[in-house]
Amino acid sequence: MLIFVLRRLGVMALTALVLTFVVFYLTNLQPNLEKLARSEGSVRMTEESVKVWLAENGFAKPVVYRYGEWLGVVPGWTHTDEKGTTRGRCIPQGSDPAEAATYCGVLQGNWGFSTVFKNPVLDEVAGKLGATGWLMMWVMIVMVPTSLIIGIIAGMREGSRTDRVLSTFSIASTATPEYVSGVILVALLASPMTGLSPLLNEWGVIGSKTLFQGSATSAMDDITFWNFFLPVMTIALYGIGYIARMTRASMTEVMTQQYIRTARLKGVRFRDVVIRHALRNALIAPFTVIMLQFPWLLNGVVVAESLFNYKGFGWTLVTAAGNNDIDMLLGCSVVAVIVVLVTQLISDIGYVFLNPRIRLS
Amino acid sequence: MTTWDPSQPILEIENLSISFFTRLREIPAVMDFSAKVMAGEAMGLVGESGCGKSTVALAVMRDLGKNGKIVAGKIKFKGRDLVTMDDEELRHIRGSEIAMIYQEPMASLNPAMKIGAQLAEVPMIHQAMPKDQAWALARQIVADVRLPDPDRILNAYPHQLSGGQQQRIVIAMALMSKPALLILDEPTTALDVTVEAGIVDLVKDLGHKYGTSMLFISHNLGLIMDVCDRLCVMYSGEAVETGNVTEVFDMMRHPYTQALFRSIPLPGADKNSRPLISIPGNFPLPHERPNGCNFGPRCDYFEAGRCNAGDIAMDPIPGGDRHASRCLKWAEIDWMAPPAARVSKPKSPIGKVVLKMEELKKYYALSSGAFGGGAKKVVKANETLSFEAREGETLAIVGESGCGKSTFAKVLMGLETATSGSIMLFDENIQSTPIQKRNVDTVSSVQMVFQNPFDTLNPSMSVGRQIVRALEVFRQGKSDAEREARMLELLDLVKLPRAFAERMPRQLSGGQKQRVGIARAFAGGAKVVVADEPVSALDVSVQAAVTDLLMDIQRENKTTLLFISHDLSIVRYLSDRVLVMYLGHVVETGTTDQVFQPPYHPYTEALLSAVPIADTKVVRKRIVLEGDIPSAVNPPPGCPFQTRCRWKSQVPGGLCDREMPPMRMLEGGHQIKCHLGAEVLAGMEPVIKAAAE
Repeated sequence: MLIFVLRRLGVMALTALVLTFVVFYLTNLQPNLEKLARSEGSVRMTEESVKVWLAENGFAKPVVYRYGEWLGVVPGWTHTDEKGTTRGRCIPQGSDPAEAATYCGVLQGNWGFSTVFKNPVLDEVAGKLGATGWLMMWVMIVMVPTSLIIGIIAGMREGSRTDRVLSTFSIASTATPEYVSGVILVALLASPMTGLSPLLNEWGVIGSKTLFQGSATSAMDDITFWNFFLPVMTIALYGIGYIARMTRASMTEVMTQQYIRTARLKGVRFRDVVIRHALRNALIAPFTVIMLQFPWLLNGVVVAESLFNYKGFGWTLVTAAGNNDIDMLLGCSVVAVIVVLVTQLISDIGYVFLNPRIRLS
Repeated sequence: MTTWDPSQPILEIENLSISFFTRLREIPAVMDFSAKVMAGEAMGLVGESGCGKSTVALAVMRDLGKNGKIVAGKIKFKGRDLVTMDDEELRHIRGSEIAMIYQEPMASLNPAMKIGAQLAEVPMIHQAMPKDQAWALARQIVADVRLPDPDRILNAYPHQLSGGQQQRIVIAMALMSKPALLILDEPTTALDVTVEAGIVDLVKDLGHKYGTSMLFISHNLGLIMDVCDRLCVMYSGEAVETGNVTEVFDMMRHPYTQALFRSIPLPGADKNSRPLISIPGNFPLPHERPNGCNFGPRCDYFEAGRCNAGDIAMDPIPGGDRHASRCLKWAEIDWMAPPAARVSKPKSPIGKVVLKMEELKKYYALSSGAFGGGAKKVVKANETLSFEAREGETLAIVGESGCGKSTFAKVLMGLETATSGSIMLFDENIQSTPIQKRNVDTVSSVQMVFQNPFDTLNPSMSVGRQIVRALEVFRQGKSDAEREARMLELLDLVKLPRAFAERMPRQLSGGQKQRVGIARAFAGGAKVVVADEPVSALDVSVQAAVTDLLMDIQRENKTTLLFISHDLSIVRYLSDRVLVMYLGHVVETGTTDQVFQPPYHPYTEALLSAVPIADTKVVRKRIVLEGDIPSAVNPPPGCPFQTRCRWKSQVPGGLCDREMPPMRMLEGGHQIKCHLGAEVLAGMEPVIKAAAE
């Protein structure tokens, strides 16, 4: 078990290395760098002065070398200008170059400086990730139990009326993209002009203009049911349909297995057949899907966060990409890679507990 | 619970009719079926696949699924009609009074639940027994079904047990609440013969011990004779003959029963002088049943205008023990007359050596870790295999699962390469040439007929196209037209109508598919054909036809046939020489007569005694092997068979534990790998004897 985990961690490190290099390479393409030089230096720079600026700021070295710098395995660049002041990757502004460290990369905890947020990337990512963490947690709390229950109830009697009703709901919800369901939810529940809110307001059920708040910005400081319900539902609805469909498929398959017949012909009550015999076997497949939802959510929140103006990870990613914030983008990709790999590790380990036929080592 | 008089039948099925409803039509699966099972009696249900025997069993359990419905008749269990019972009443009967044992033990146990929990559940539901008592009872029953180390087994998951152990667990589960009726649906079909013998013994003993009545469903007549008191022969949804086992076996009164017995290889059948007689034609599809007698179109005694006039009822046979037949002409037919269709065929001459194997070894390296780490283990799939096969000869390779017979076939075909040793095909060394590197001649001269005809044909290619494709691969024929013509000839060869060339595999029955498989194997003029259990997936009546076809083609083409099988009856019937394998070793080899008569290798002896024979005139010595076949990863030291051998005590000095016995040459080229002394071998009694008349 321990060996398996260590092995997986090794594979994770390797994957992270490869993936971050790909992102590094793509964000450090020449046109990107020129854009950066113009936005950091001056918009009206000539071609030559762009080249000079890039050389003076350590961007002229080969991409592999600079990736090493970013990682912290190659000494950071230094540049001494005509005036004799030495600047460098590892030399904070206004400090003594002699005291600066030689290496300063991700491994040393230096994730770079965000040009958009004017803040160190690490602080920025950590804060935004925390905000998204809350969102993801609530989505999971709503989504997983709901979808499993729907899937199991639909799958335990394939073709029944309950199955058809629930399946229709699942297909509809998973076929609706978040930007559609989000807009519908806002129009229906959080608009002072349309949907339910004006009616409820008229009848005096609610005091405020809208039932739910259309913006989740206030949830950054204080999460309430009223400001968080809509973003959570927007993301969860899509996932509910998807996981419920998976669970249903798995459940219907399990229900046709011979051991279910064995249980039935043992005289086990239908309810116990489902709970004691079918459930654990039926959860094996959806479990993997649920664990895959974590990385998916990390991207999935982009739409919902932008829509509800919730400044989390997704919103940050969009802002960083839109503003050519290279260090920030790299930081986000590192976090995303780690989240994906860690959840898959958990998924593999959990799988062993659900399925006694699988042994890790 | 109503009182029930033990002299009354436990189960009484009266004129039961079951139909399955599809969107298109109603498909009658069982018609007008009646049967009675008395207390302590074992009733056998025999028939080919699709005859409705499992449907009857599931109907008794009232578990026909969504589409199945009982359309008429009664199923009375202890006097109460199961057909009209509601779900709650049924639930109390299922598992507590009627229990069922299934064909595939692995699939019928919950993979995610411990054995103990699955067993203990039964008394916890039906007798509201507390958990610890239920586990204690489970432990006792597990010991009752003769499983070693019950505590370990109770805490194991199903996948940690072998097939035989799993089936014992399924039996234990059925016995947990001492049911009055046990339904066994082909309980041993998925198991090896020596394991099967153990299970059959167990079922019989437990039946006596607990006084349980049994409904035993099987396609194997020999097994029915071993286990049951009475039987019911089914054909196409109807019971055609029922009666006491000895009466039906010795004085059958229905043409189908007779045809069935003539198509199974009993001792005395011989491929040349007394070939098997297969039943002509095919099983009718449920919605294409003929008028009148369902067996009519395939029956030798068919009389138009009488047999196909209208429904035929079961007719009791006077003087019999509740013996009845669904035949209008049973009183007119001369049942003792020898079959007219039996033609003896000339024995094909055996020619020069075609294939020669010397000291062939095949080891597999197995890594124990999931990612290639850990200590390497070696599976010795084949150990020093030496033999030769001649032109026109049938060499049977016999052994149970895991004995290495399929590995051997793979090495010969070139799907695997040998670890050491040599394979000579004619004068060519082919042991280390994988199939991709073999030339077309070699590939087309060594071909294979596979076990499962359902999986070996491409489902999206017509039959003719598949054979033409084989011809192309073997570079036969100069033009498409020539190949087309050759393909039609091949269809003639395997006795399929030429029109079948246009058909898709799904339109063919199992036997017809296997014929296509044979045609494909012979497409390149194969000299050596490896038939890996070619008939074991087929019904008995079709088995005879396919075996005879193989024999006919062999006679015509002088093919060398390597017949891999676990079924000794069929091996005795068709092979010239036999090779018995156990755990990768050849333990005995010789002509068919030498192997089937003493002196035996102890394993051959046990194997012979384990095969049920459907003949009341044969007496068989029962030798039940203890335990399972050891794993090839971890074979026992010394003789591979020493862990299960009943003769081990006759060898002095514990030689069996230490040393691998040498291959000993007995008279006439008969070879045995055993330490037993010459006088012990000479004193062995035959396992199968004709009973004194």
